[in-house]
Amino acid sequence: MKELIVISGKGGTGKTSLVSAFASLAENKVLCDADVDAADLHLIMNPDVRQRHDFQSGNTAVIVPEKCTQCGLCRDLCRWNAITEDFKVDAIGCEGCGVCVYFCPEKAIDFPINTCGEWFISETRFGPMVHAQLGIAEENSGKLVSLVRREARHLAEEKHLDLMLTDGPPGIGCPVIASIGGTDAVLVVTEPTVSGKHDMERVIELAAYFKVPAMVCVNKFDLNLDKTLEIEAFAKEKGVFCSGNIPFDPIFTKAMVKGQTVFEYNGKSQAGDAVKAIWENVLKRLG
Amino acid sequence: MIISIASGKGGTGKTTVAVNLAMAAGTDVQLLDCDVEEPNAHLFINPVFETTETVTTPVPEIAEEKCTFCGKCEEICQFKAIVVIGKSILAFPELCHSCGGCMAVCPEKAITESGRELGVIRTGKRNGLEFVNGRLRIGEAMSPPLIKKVRSFSKPDKLVIIDAPPGTSCPVIAAMRQTDFVLLVTEPTPFGLHDLKLAVGAVDILGIPRGLVINRSDMGDDKVRAYAAEIGMPILMEIPFDRRIAEAYSRGEILIEAIPELKAAFFNLYQRIKAITASEDAK
Repeated sequence: MKELIVISGKGGTGKTSLVSAFASLAENKVLCDADVDAADLHLIMNPDVRQRHDFQSGNTAVIVPEKCTQCGLCRDLCRWNAITEDFKVDAIGCEGCGVCVYFCPEKAIDFPINTCGEWFISETRFGPMVHAQLGIAEENSGKLVSLVRREARHLAEEKHLDLMLTDGPPGIGCPVIASIGGTDAVLVVTEPTVSGKHDMERVIELAAYFKVPAMVCVNKFDLNLDKTLEIEAFAKEKGVFCSGNIPFDPIFTKAMVKGQTVFEYNGKSQAGDAVKAIWENVLKRLG
Repeated sequence: MIISIASGKGGTGKTTVAVNLAMAAGTDVQLLDCDVEEPNAHLFINPVFETTETVTTPVPEIAEEKCTFCGKCEEICQFKAIVVIGKSILAFPELCHSCGGCMAVCPEKAITESGRELGVIRTGKRNGLEFVNGRLRIGEAMSPPLIKKVRSFSKPDKLVIIDAPPGTSCPVIAAMRQTDFVLLVTEPTPFGLHDLKLAVGAVDILGIPRGLVINRSDMGDDKVRAYAAEIGMPILMEIPFDRRIAEAYSRGEILIEAIPELKAAFFNLYQRIKAITASEDAK
């Protein structure tokens, strides 16, 4: 079983539209949405949720006013300034480090575990899918990413599937690091803009840092051919495989509005042909 | 006044709005790029950088000769960043959240703190505009401490504009907290709408007034507008898709310079935000 993760550095370059299109081309696969912070793949996959689980991770301090003597030790120790002058914990500021809980001489601080999201195992018209939604303003997205990837892997092994196709998060921080660790390859989707190139360079550096093989493709490549060439030159210099480019085409947006993949929206488009060619190149490369 | 620019979904035009708002709003403006994982504003601002500072976060340093392997540090650490196995002790600085618990609990005073590099903060100027840029180190997982550090550069007498990261979890909360207004930028598509709802949820938890910019406003459907009307969120600006805008953006150009008729639109956007925050203050 191989795992391919589609990431981008910069958001909005077309990761989820591309993963959706790949989902209709790939066989024997499980889909995984690792962009747990702002998950969108389900809007195209329209999953039928079969299993729903709470995601519990981390703790938040809660001061019990009846026991608290307002000695102030917790406020001195808290490095997040999360305890107010009237001895209430600001739940958003609380890091869940538990230092106040440990040192409180009155044992006046509870430390309940957080339910900070949900994760799902679903069926879709393109096969099984594991996905999640982190609660709003919650932490521990990296752990939820690791969890959905682990569950998707189990499912793939159980069903003897050959491929895990994962929609990754933007950026280079904790959820991205959790997404790419130990995967077979990442496909970086970028766009020919100063931002797209800058962010692609950082995410390719990140893949190299974690020793994950990377490939790249340029979406909307004809918007700025010079930048597309610069991106390809950078990729070649870093030994990153260029899997192909996709022309700018509003059908991606039109398909999204209808909750369809680009192939379901229009079976014959230049952009669709480009996606097919990229998919064949990526598959060959994955081995 | 501090205005943060956020979106939920990435790639909707946060940086474009932040940069052009900062350039159009007048003098005495400070732009803070808090999208430290993928900072882009400098690509458009092209500032002359004046200072560079490496930012670290405290992590434990263990003097093994003092350690009695009592295990109290392992017990207090919620992040599994210290492990005691028999007569050896291991710290995993990359997992450390810098709470200082291990150092506080150690009865032998065997733990001191050294720094783990989070990234770099650069400050600079473009004409009158003051610019601060945070840049997370490749391989560093935790962006909120660096975001907070970037925000510590904000000056109370300036109009401060914050380019926030995408998403709705801890990094964007760190960028939006304790700001006076959140300007949300979206596109009128199902992904844009879905992530906008999450972003609104986050802004409302923080209790900050908010308004909306709809970018590429003619590419998609009308559901974002309907949603904004339903929750009473003012649409402060709409930017239709324009290949000239897309191409100017791709080259790193500032829109109000490439397409001068947009300057009045961004100045008007600032005036509308000012009016809303003034009426909030009056309440």
